[in-house]
Amino acid sequence: MDTNTLILMLVATVAAAIPLIFAALGELVVEKSGVLNLGVEGMMIVGALFAFIVAAETGQLWLATLVGALAGATMALIFGFITLSLMANQVATGLALTIFGVGLSAFIGQGYTSVALDGIKNLDIPVLSSLPVVGKLLFSYNILVYLAFAAFIAVTWFLYKTRAGLILRAVGESPSSAHALGYRVIRIRYLAVLFGGAMAGLAGAYLSLAYTPLWAEGMTAGRGWIALALVVFATWRPGRVLIGALLFGGVTIAQFHVQGLGVEIPSQFLSMLPYLATIIVLVLISRDAGVIRLNAPASLGQPWHNELH
Amino acid sequence: MLRLEPRSAPSNLMVYLSPLLAMILMLVVGMIVFTILGQPPFKAFHAFFIEPINDWYGFGELLIKASPLALIALGLAVGFRANVWNIGAEGQLTMGAIAAGGVTLWLQDSTSAWILLPLMFIAGAIGGMLWASIPAFLRTRFNTSEILVSLMLVYVANLILSWLIHGPWRDPDGYGFPQSKMFEANALLPILIEGTRVHAGVLLTLVALVLAAVFFRWSLTAFQMRVAGLAPKAALYAGFKQRKTVWFGLLAGGAAAGLAGTAEIAGPIGQLLMPISPGYGFAAIIVAFVGRLHPVGIALASLLMALLYLGGESAQMQLGLPAAVSGVFQGMLLFFLLATDVLIQFRVRWISKTSTEAAS
Amino acid sequence: MKKTLFAQRFKTLASSLLLASTLGLAGTAAAEDPLKVGFIYVSPIGDAGWTYQHDLGRKAIEEKFGDKIQVKYVESVPEGAEAERVTREMASSGSKLIFGTSFGFMNPMLKVAKTFPDTHFEHATGYKTEANLGNYNARFYEGRYLSGIVAGSMTKTKTLGYVAAFPIPEVVMGINAFTRGAQSVNPDIKVKVIWVNSWFDPGREREAAVTLMDQDADVITHHTDSTAVVIAAEEKGKYAIAYHSDMSKYGPKAQLTAVTHHWEKFYIDQVQQALDKTWKPTSIWGGVKEGMIDIAPLNAVVPKEVAEKVEKAKAALADGSLHPFAGPVLDQDGKETVAAGSNMTDEVLLKMDYYVKGVDGKLPK
Repeated sequence: MDTNTLILMLVATVAAAIPLIFAALGELVVEKSGVLNLGVEGMMIVGALFAFIVAAETGQLWLATLVGALAGATMALIFGFITLSLMANQVATGLALTIFGVGLSAFIGQGYTSVALDGIKNLDIPVLSSLPVVGKLLFSYNILVYLAFAAFIAVTWFLYKTRAGLILRAVGESPSSAHALGYRVIRIRYLAVLFGGAMAGLAGAYLSLAYTPLWAEGMTAGRGWIALALVVFATWRPGRVLIGALLFGGVTIAQFHVQGLGVEIPSQFLSMLPYLATIIVLVLISRDAGVIRLNAPASLGQPWHNELH
Repeated sequence: MLRLEPRSAPSNLMVYLSPLLAMILMLVVGMIVFTILGQPPFKAFHAFFIEPINDWYGFGELLIKASPLALIALGLAVGFRANVWNIGAEGQLTMGAIAAGGVTLWLQDSTSAWILLPLMFIAGAIGGMLWASIPAFLRTRFNTSEILVSLMLVYVANLILSWLIHGPWRDPDGYGFPQSKMFEANALLPILIEGTRVHAGVLLTLVALVLAAVFFRWSLTAFQMRVAGLAPKAALYAGFKQRKTVWFGLLAGGAAAGLAGTAEIAGPIGQLLMPISPGYGFAAIIVAFVGRLHPVGIALASLLMALLYLGGESAQMQLGLPAAVSGVFQGMLLFFLLATDVLIQFRVRWISKTSTEAAS
Repeated sequence: MKKTLFAQRFKTLASSLLLASTLGLAGTAAAEDPLKVGFIYVSPIGDAGWTYQHDLGRKAIEEKFGDKIQVKYVESVPEGAEAERVTREMASSGSKLIFGTSFGFMNPMLKVAKTFPDTHFEHATGYKTEANLGNYNARFYEGRYLSGIVAGSMTKTKTLGYVAAFPIPEVVMGINAFTRGAQSVNPDIKVKVIWVNSWFDPGREREAAVTLMDQDADVITHHTDSTAVVIAAEEKGKYAIAYHSDMSKYGPKAQLTAVTHHWEKFYIDQVQQALDKTWKPTSIWGGVKEGMIDIAPLNAVVPKEVAEKVEKAKAALADGSLHPFAGPVLDQDGKETVAAGSNMTDEVLLKMDYYVKGVDGKLPK
């Protein structure tokens, strides 16, 4: 394999990893606040649809991206209301959110499968993108790719360098102590959940506006679930989310390359690789119970109400 | 403004009332949605909820669709009661069907139904349990999240099935299409009601419902598992190992899903093909919750869920509504149920603005 | 048998009475009831792809026969246990001609056909028949061969890419015909195949397409159901050959042509025969000659002499003087599978499970 092919593989890997980065970073913040939202897939696909609708109707890609994020956040609001205000089981509500989102998007999106869209184009930054190797590798993506990396930096900075981030983590560790210190636990969790929804919506918008770009029923095809796995895989650390997303994208692309090179293995087994790799890494990460205990938000998934504590 | 106040004791009345309330809310919102879509709401209601079951055949379809949902939901409920989150029943169902299908293809030419069918169900249960034992082992040994592992294994199971029916188990006379041979009569479950597709697998589910009711009501293990779910530390004190809880919870779900998969291929399908299940493994999670993790509730919830599926098809045929309506309704139903559940632990109180401020 | 039929009719009558009374609808049955026709689709109709092409056929019969027929359809019906119920519900609600358009509907339709002897059933892409069950299919490979000529003429890298769903004969046949079409232009051309193990997953289809283009393929095609491959080629400035439907809207520069399915005439014929009471079960495997398979108008970038060559090949396919698998057919190891002077038989074609010379890589078995 020559360098050129390798660079192309890496570029394809980054492009495949972006929706995972967006969604997993969002879910990371949600889980850091102590809430487990399994509805990422549902929020992502609703984001994908609404972004696509706005792009198709107005041609305004920025507006469309924004609406995608808002649509994801709106879905998250439903989740927030049921789990935070009404203290329902988070696992069940998240699952319902996915079923609802997939159904709703298929229902509303019927008229839009036929639309051909001029999607978000690669920037090909002048001068820089024509540099050898790094030009292709670093400077020729579409704007949402850079936004994903910016989001990574912002989330890392927010969680570890700001007071607000510290409070968020405290709420996830021990909502009762945070409450005792005078923080509005429910309000903080709402904000985290909304942020997670917006990020999942952005992931969807990336898929329908930039990656494929098209709208089709069920087009997110399980990426929301992978994003959830990445958060655990990353032991709730943004840096590892980034690495995990790239690794998963890499395995996906690599198995296609292996096929293209004509290797004699049933393709079904190659298609299993990304899932098996995820399981293996999950095992490696969580094998050391201490690591999980240190990093997992202590109150993850447990409903909380200030009158009960 | 409205405020929630904890009740001193959970309301027994609301335990039963909230599913009803959720159903009514779903119907009301559904009617509004139909009206917005320009469908006369009562006609739509009729097409969705009455039409599918207005004859014996339709009623039989309701049963054979509810049967796998109830069976899997029962198995999952064992785990869910102990906070063991097996959400990969769909994969366990597939592996159960693969194991049972393998036994069938191997033995159907040489074995009578009296031996073959029990063997198929045993193989199916073992297949499902083996698949569920992977997340159980990884959870107990390496502390790996069973939610994610069981889910990832759904994709893997489907790819294994795909490989088998495209390769080794493909019907040699089937023009290369990805299906196994049709099963012979001795590998098929008998039909219970003439003129319908109601097969003996439904009886299996009924037996399971009764057994589960007994287990949940009287078994010490069930009690210990419930304690383990509510308070892991107390369970440890009660001498019940968390580890055993995880294993038991996952294996119960795996066995139930494997049996359900076997009943599908030995019942309405009659061969191995893709897909074996139209998402029963996932829908059963909703059934388990709507049914309150209780056998009677699960039986009712599975019927309702099956009706939502059938109604979606009927609404397509009668009204030209898209198939996706079913998913919207299912999601809504669960939302409303989870939302109304709050009334079990809390009461709604009207609090005047001044006292709210004083409280905060 | 008579008794069950009577019961069936009675039930239908009872249910329609129930419906009428609940809704307060008066019976609207005219002197001559319209023929009820049903379609069962495996996926959503969408705007391009397998089901969309069948739905064009449904629209064509609605337009042609107007009041004389009444058409219903159900989309997104999974293969397996669901298909039998939907087929049966259609039959028992009075449909007299039912089309099922996915391979996996074969056995369910067969079962239902036995209990509804008065209803006509037509199943696409299967191989079983019954007194009231016919089947129909198209010689997709003929269109593949023509598109192979176009691809072979337009490639500069001598590498073509093929995104494929599952390794079944229908798909393998298409890959081989495409390869032979391309090799008829230049025997040095290679075809690379990537299996995505899904009929429909736009993200994966795109990733596979990009991989093929990264591995030097400059004309790509697909046997999957979305428009993602054509869109990916458009974005990368490469060429694509669409499948099922004309996708030039999604890749005006990229799409050289498309291999298109046309079921309209078949559906019109079947409905006409049912109305005339002359319907009989048949096994139809139609190709270019019958108008079931065609290619979309060639892109303006395709040179005139290539267009002429394609036109000639198409005429030869129609009059039978050209067969995409005319001997000698060589497999990948150079072994002769069809001798010079003879054509591959339909029976062998339908079971094709090897790659011909020119396809890169090994077919997973």
